[in-house]
Amino acid sequence: MPGDFATEILGQSATKSSVEALRSELGLDKHPIPRYFEWLSNVFQGDFGSSFSGRSKVQGDQGDRSRLVVELIIPRLKNTLFLTGVSALVAIPLALLLGISAALYRNSVYDRSATGFSLVTVSSPEFFTGYIFILLLATLFPVFPTIANVNEDTSLIDRFYLTALPVFTLTLVTMGHMMRMTRSAIINILSSEYIEMAKLSGATRYEVIVKHALPNAWAPIAQVITINLAYMLIGSVVVEFVFNYQGIGRLMVGSVYNRDIPVVQACALIFASTYVILNLLADLIGIISNPRLLYPK
Amino acid sequence: MTSNNKKELLLEMKNIHIDGFSDERWHKILKGVDLNLYRGEILGLIGESGAGKSTMGKAAMGYTQPGCKIIKGEILFNGTDLAKLTEFEKRKIWGTKISYVAQSAAASFNPAHRLMDQTISAANRAKINPTEVLRKDAVQLYESLQLPDAENIGERYPHQVSGGQLQRIMTAMAMSPRPELIIFDEPTTALDVTTQVEVLSAMRSIVDKFNTAAIYITHDLAVVAQMADRIKVLRYGEEVEESETREMLSNPKEEYTKSLWSVRSLIKPEETNEDYMLSIKNIDAAYGSSKVLHNVSVNIPRGKTVAIVGESGSGKSTTARVITGLLPQTKGEIIFDGKKLSPKLEQRSKEELRRIQIIFQMPDTAMNPKQTVDEIIGRPIEFYHGVKGKEREAKVIELLKMIELDESFLDRLPSELSGGQKQRICIARALAANPDLIICDEVTSALDQIVQEGILKLLQKLQKDLGVTYIFITHDIATVKAISDEIVVMYQGEVVEQGLKSKILNPPHPDYTELLLSSVPEMDPDWLTNLLNKRSS
Repeated sequence: MPGDFATEILGQSATKSSVEALRSELGLDKHPIPRYFEWLSNVFQGDFGSSFSGRSKVQGDQGDRSRLVVELIIPRLKNTLFLTGVSALVAIPLALLLGISAALYRNSVYDRSATGFSLVTVSSPEFFTGYIFILLLATLFPVFPTIANVNEDTSLIDRFYLTALPVFTLTLVTMGHMMRMTRSAIINILSSEYIEMAKLSGATRYEVIVKHALPNAWAPIAQVITINLAYMLIGSVVVEFVFNYQGIGRLMVGSVYNRDIPVVQACALIFASTYVILNLLADLIGIISNPRLLYPK
Repeated sequence: MTSNNKKELLLEMKNIHIDGFSDERWHKILKGVDLNLYRGEILGLIGESGAGKSTMGKAAMGYTQPGCKIIKGEILFNGTDLAKLTEFEKRKIWGTKISYVAQSAAASFNPAHRLMDQTISAANRAKINPTEVLRKDAVQLYESLQLPDAENIGERYPHQVSGGQLQRIMTAMAMSPRPELIIFDEPTTALDVTTQVEVLSAMRSIVDKFNTAAIYITHDLAVVAQMADRIKVLRYGEEVEESETREMLSNPKEEYTKSLWSVRSLIKPEETNEDYMLSIKNIDAAYGSSKVLHNVSVNIPRGKTVAIVGESGSGKSTTARVITGLLPQTKGEIIFDGKKLSPKLEQRSKEELRRIQIIFQMPDTAMNPKQTVDEIIGRPIEFYHGVKGKEREAKVIELLKMIELDESFLDRLPSELSGGQKQRICIARALAANPDLIICDEVTSALDQIVQEGILKLLQKLQKDLGVTYIFITHDIATVKAISDEIVVMYQGEVVEQGLKSKILNPPHPDYTELLLSSVPEMDPDWLTNLLNKRSS
């Protein structure tokens, strides 16, 4: 990124000396390596520092409105977690159900239309899907609001109502991927010999899928679900922007505009650790669902 | 074997036609086969791969694999035509009245469930008895199948027990609902001979005990002779002949039936010399931290055939990998034609590489599917001899003639060849380097009996013409008798003994050799009974 907080906030007409003064006050003039370790050691102690923006331009001014990064992030993070949580609760069961039933009625009209439709939704970017929803459900048939404007006082019911369109959008973009993976994981297993054996011992279609195929499919399914959970959390940047939702994604984009580095760093750290933790979770599910790994020879 | 008062018809299959869909078209798998089975009787169904015996066995349940369909025919089981029943009605019969024992127990058990739950699942579904009763019964079945720790083995997962044990547990699973008919589909093919004996005797005694009718499918005549009252031979989806077991063995009518065990009649006079092409001395080798070869020493006489025999896990293929340099030994040395070979492949000269060639078990995976026969055989000619153009082509055609094929094969891809032809091409590829030593690693194991015979004859002819030395790795004693001069017996990474064929095959034997040799099924319907009597006394 060209420029830093000092040049950005003081504008183009700023004198060189005032820029220098602000830089030294924020510590931007120090060498990057000690700055990195200072930041890292603070993070380990739970101190993400203070936001650059909102601070007074004059040193020692009583009206300093600079806020701690943590204070800034927590309410936004809660909003984002609410949005992705609700979307996940809708998308995951729906995807599993559709994936399993598509595998069950493989190559039927139902299977073909479900996989075809999911391909369309996976291929459409969030902003496009989002605006289509706005056009359909907010403009042509005004059922839901276009702007998901929530604050701390919004009641739970209102929150569901306000976030309906963002939830639909996130569900639609991630569900297709999960559904297709569930379907192919199960179909893959359906061709194995123990499935034929199960059929020949009189197992019903339902039993074959749920008792024999699904337990062996958890590992790949968990993998795709966690990837999509991470995607929802991070992909919500775009959706939050479209619906003007006060989540962590919007905060990050705004902070990048202002070169408010402490906030950007904290957001990036949250996003990165989400990926790591969710992937770890998928691996754990893979181990727990596989007796070969759970019980030694 | 069961008694003869069994004239109540249980299964009657009439004029069965089944088509299968592959390579974009329908073709016939079964072309009008009849089959009768009486209560308490065991029928052996034998034939080579592609004979339709497995399809016939599954059709006896009214089941066809995906991509196959019953075109014509009746399958009367207790008078009901299974071919006319719906899926729903057939499911009530499957697993309870008719059960199925598959070839690969390791692949046919669901890895996610405990063995006990799988053993009783069919009987449980049909609510034949309360779960507790079924569990107790299963433990008794495990006991009568001589499984170790019968009380608790059901609590394990499939990966926690051995292949032979799994196959017996699958038999218990088939027996659990006390079916009227069991289909055994090559149940011992994937097992070692010593394990096979145990599984065969366990299966036979339990089928006898409950007087269950069975169809026993296999390609091994000696095995089916121990199990069946009657034998039916299939070929290309048609019946060749059918008769009582003893009659079939002593007096087969059709040429084809006779040829099925012809490989066992192939005999080679043994010869040896003291001039060693290759000696390996006190070799140790390991995969990672697990040591698999312990102090292995073998001498290979020039121009002769040494067979290395042993069960899976005995270290015979690992020995081959050490000789070729694919797996450097941790101790000991390899002397090739008087000179010491470097353990590592990278440090051997091109000439050393050329002189030792290997042929693998699976010709399907040993050839690049995108290359033509010309490219496959031509590459080593170019690589080792630097021959190009017309001369190279002439050499490829010469090699094709040597393996009894002709130049019409030049432009074919591996997918356009039969199993035997593929293995011939692999032999030609090894010969192209003009080697002194060829390691044959289970080269005939994946092939049918008749094709095996052809390959073995070819290898013998090539040795006579070219004087090439063979190391022949196999678990099949019949093949060893047919081709070797000397035999090396291996067990758990050690050499049990080495010597002339006549010395190894004739008593006195070390204990392991005795066990191995006595476990090889013979064409005598009383062989298993006699062997078990002998072992128990």
